[in-house]
Amino acid sequence: MRAPDMNAGVAAGDVLLAVENVSLRFGGVKAITDVSFDIRKGEIRAIIGPNGAGKTSMLNVINGFYHPQEGRITFKGKTRSRMRPHEAARQGIARTFQNVALFKGMTTLDNIMAGRTLKMKRGFFWQMLRHGPALAEEIEHRRVVEEIIDFLEIEAIRKVPVGRLPYGLQKRVELGRALAMEPDLLLLDEPMAGMNLEEKEDMCRFILDVNSQFGTTIALIEHDMGVVMDLSDRVVVLEYGRKIADGVPDEVKKNQAVIDAYLGVPH
Amino acid sequence: MTAVDSGRADTFAKLLAHNAAVRGNRPAFRHKDLGIWQTWTWSEVYENVRRLAVGLDRLGLKRGEAIAIVGGNRPKLYWTVMAAQMLGAVPVPVYADAVADELAYVLAHAEVTFAAVQDQEQVDKILSVSERLPLLRHMVYDEPRGLRDYDHTRLHAMTEVMAEGEEALKDPDVSAWLDATLAAGKGSDVSIILYTSGTTGRSKGVVLTAERCIAAARDTVAFDKLGETDEVLAYLPLAWVGDHYLNYAQGLVAGFCMACPESGETAMQDLKEIGPTFYFAPPRVFEQILTRVMIRMEDAGSLKRRMFHYFIGVAKRYGEKILNGEPVPLRGRLLYGLGRLLVYEPLKNVLGFSRIRVAYTAGEAIGPDLFSFYRSLGLNLKQLYGQTEAFLYVTAQPDGAIKPDTVGPPMPNVEIRLSESGEVLFRSPGMFTGYFKEPEKTEEVLTEDGFIKTGDAGFFDPAGHLKIIDRAKDVGRLNDGSLFPPKYIENKLKFFPNVKEAVAFGHGRDFVACFINIDLTAVGNWAERNNVVYGSYQELAGHPLVYDMIEKHVDEVNRALAAEPMMGGAQIRRFLILHKELDADDGELTRTQKVRRSFIAERYAPLITALYDGSHEADITTEVTFEDGRKGTISARVKIRDMQVYPAAVKEKAA
Repeated sequence: MRAPDMNAGVAAGDVLLAVENVSLRFGGVKAITDVSFDIRKGEIRAIIGPNGAGKTSMLNVINGFYHPQEGRITFKGKTRSRMRPHEAARQGIARTFQNVALFKGMTTLDNIMAGRTLKMKRGFFWQMLRHGPALAEEIEHRRVVEEIIDFLEIEAIRKVPVGRLPYGLQKRVELGRALAMEPDLLLLDEPMAGMNLEEKEDMCRFILDVNSQFGTTIALIEHDMGVVMDLSDRVVVLEYGRKIADGVPDEVKKNQAVIDAYLGVPH
Repeated sequence: MTAVDSGRADTFAKLLAHNAAVRGNRPAFRHKDLGIWQTWTWSEVYENVRRLAVGLDRLGLKRGEAIAIVGGNRPKLYWTVMAAQMLGAVPVPVYADAVADELAYVLAHAEVTFAAVQDQEQVDKILSVSERLPLLRHMVYDEPRGLRDYDHTRLHAMTEVMAEGEEALKDPDVSAWLDATLAAGKGSDVSIILYTSGTTGRSKGVVLTAERCIAAARDTVAFDKLGETDEVLAYLPLAWVGDHYLNYAQGLVAGFCMACPESGETAMQDLKEIGPTFYFAPPRVFEQILTRVMIRMEDAGSLKRRMFHYFIGVAKRYGEKILNGEPVPLRGRLLYGLGRLLVYEPLKNVLGFSRIRVAYTAGEAIGPDLFSFYRSLGLNLKQLYGQTEAFLYVTAQPDGAIKPDTVGPPMPNVEIRLSESGEVLFRSPGMFTGYFKEPEKTEEVLTEDGFIKTGDAGFFDPAGHLKIIDRAKDVGRLNDGSLFPPKYIENKLKFFPNVKEAVAFGHGRDFVACFINIDLTAVGNWAERNNVVYGSYQELAGHPLVYDMIEKHVDEVNRALAAEPMMGGAQIRRFLILHKELDADDGELTRTQKVRRSFIAERYAPLITALYDGSHEADITTEVTFEDGRKGTISARVKIRDMQVYPAAVKEKAA
């Protein structure tokens, strides 16, 4: 592995995140066993595998929600031992969830604004006063949020409580909240689950646009093979917590282990 | 207050210059961007249009060439229309939701050399058919998103085109040249080509000249007393004559402000924020609004709900009379006043109707109940009748003389005549000069003395108001000779909120039968309240309880038809509920959402056979087109119900 140049940040194509020999156990249950792969700056990286393969666990390891018993994770050149999710967020890792996790009673706008929390400098009391520098700061954050709303084409639901929105739109709002953090690495856990064809296509377009317009590196878990093969630059395949393949979509598609495990053989 | 001395301007570009001179600081355009309303004054718009014009000229747009305008209601697209007209080029707006094939047909037919489009979606669509458009040289776009990596040799951002124009305009010679170009425009020049929605086959390009457009707009601006303080929300499709007339032409003549919605879906919220004074919506929009209000009221608390229904009752009794200036007892006036305070004004405010002075509806017949509902709230809703060939207006209802089942007397300076077969013919100030490149078709619709055949059958009532029954060629006969006006029957069905669309058949048959499309919002809500479980549109449409409900509606229609002269024979004997929604993407509706009856008849031939051979079920498989142009099929077993008919009140005469 190349050592990234810390002064210049991580250049496109360099390794942004490296997972080395990670193992995760819950008591006797082995969720992830000795998995290594890397995510390069600017790419869309898919993590696929049958149900229970450890995909979501892998994301949870990456964003610090789970702490692996073995192995190392290096993000932006910094190797961490134990990290909490909010620390990961502060370092530039944002995520969406398999089951939408939004504040149901709050509007789309407020939900996305919540994603800006880490970027706010003024403390609680200033914000409560909503005056002077705190107000100026809020206006600036609101502008960023409005740009995201425009980007995701959700103007019409700006002031609608998210609990009233259809599922596909809630997923889009969740993506918006993750984007509001201006992350370096965006983790998407089944962004298309439960969507109809049209919503899926919209979501694909947004993911590609996020990647090309903001240069955000994306790691996604997805079951829809068409989506995965179209979107991603590289795919890593897990089965029963082990890595069985890693490479560009065309290679992975031809890999016999993958076909057996996932694509064709009933299990 | 109207058109201050704009009497000499005979092109829209001259009107723009005039507006910039006399009301330069008044708002001309608004657009909500990043959640904030941005406003441009007439002088700013004039400057921007000049920049755009010079920029387009630099790219090579020549006088007389056509430029396609494809996209939603965005200021920059309207400015492109103005800039093209300033250069003497011909803007050709195209429906933004047209699929690539339709788009290619119009662009090729209009021989466009330029295209101004909204975004990547439209760019992609045009690129996908570029081999059919050999004349197309350049494309300019408004929203850069997603287009960064495209080949920019023939693709340009509007902001860059404008920046180049701005740079060039620093040279006084260029500025003088543009002034001269503007002044060289003549009233007899082609101002715009609007393609018809294609109710009957391929769309035709309606050629309109500047002086006629402006003459027509001046008449209606005076008719409705529109002035520079008025404001509209420009949310109608850019390519439709209604938008170009009501918003663009009237806006330039009267000098009022056009507000562009943030996006297509936000129009209802934007309406509330802008509070327009002049408003147009097709009947289906008014219908949707009413349906939504009623659904929301069902979910409201009991006090609110009871108050709402009580005062809507009051409005029904007195509202329209008050609006028409008829005598109303004092008690009625007081109750209505209270109702205004508690219900009508708050409701109008929520809908964005608070400031409306004049509202119009047209395009389809509007249900009398629906029409009365809005009028009884004090909304000055009127009907007009028109078509693209007339540059919209043929007739309109004047303030205070409204009858729900007519479309009003002829507009000022419009002559109307009925042909022997009952077809409506007219001659108007705004009428077209012909169909683009189709002189035979032009000849077909023009009479020898220069009247246009509308193709609609109608008659004048005793007060001189025109009543339209149907398309003249659609009015058919049953085998027993009784009259069969399909649209008349369909409209009666569609006046029920549960019925979204209806298609009647009967010409050359023994009896009338029809297809019905349920309205998912209304029926879905009904299903929820009545514990009817369904998983899809198809399942809901086939539900026996839904059939029972629709049967009641059809029965009511039959009773109404029986009571009317000449219509008794047209009662519906059998009906079925379609398993899918009729859709413009499948060619079943036109882009303006009118049913294409013959196409539907062909497509659903097995269902029609079943309607007439007495079977009670039929299988059907249809191809559907998804929004991205991909195709799939759905199949279903559709049930058919028999209806009871009533004895006709008046003995009808056989033909």
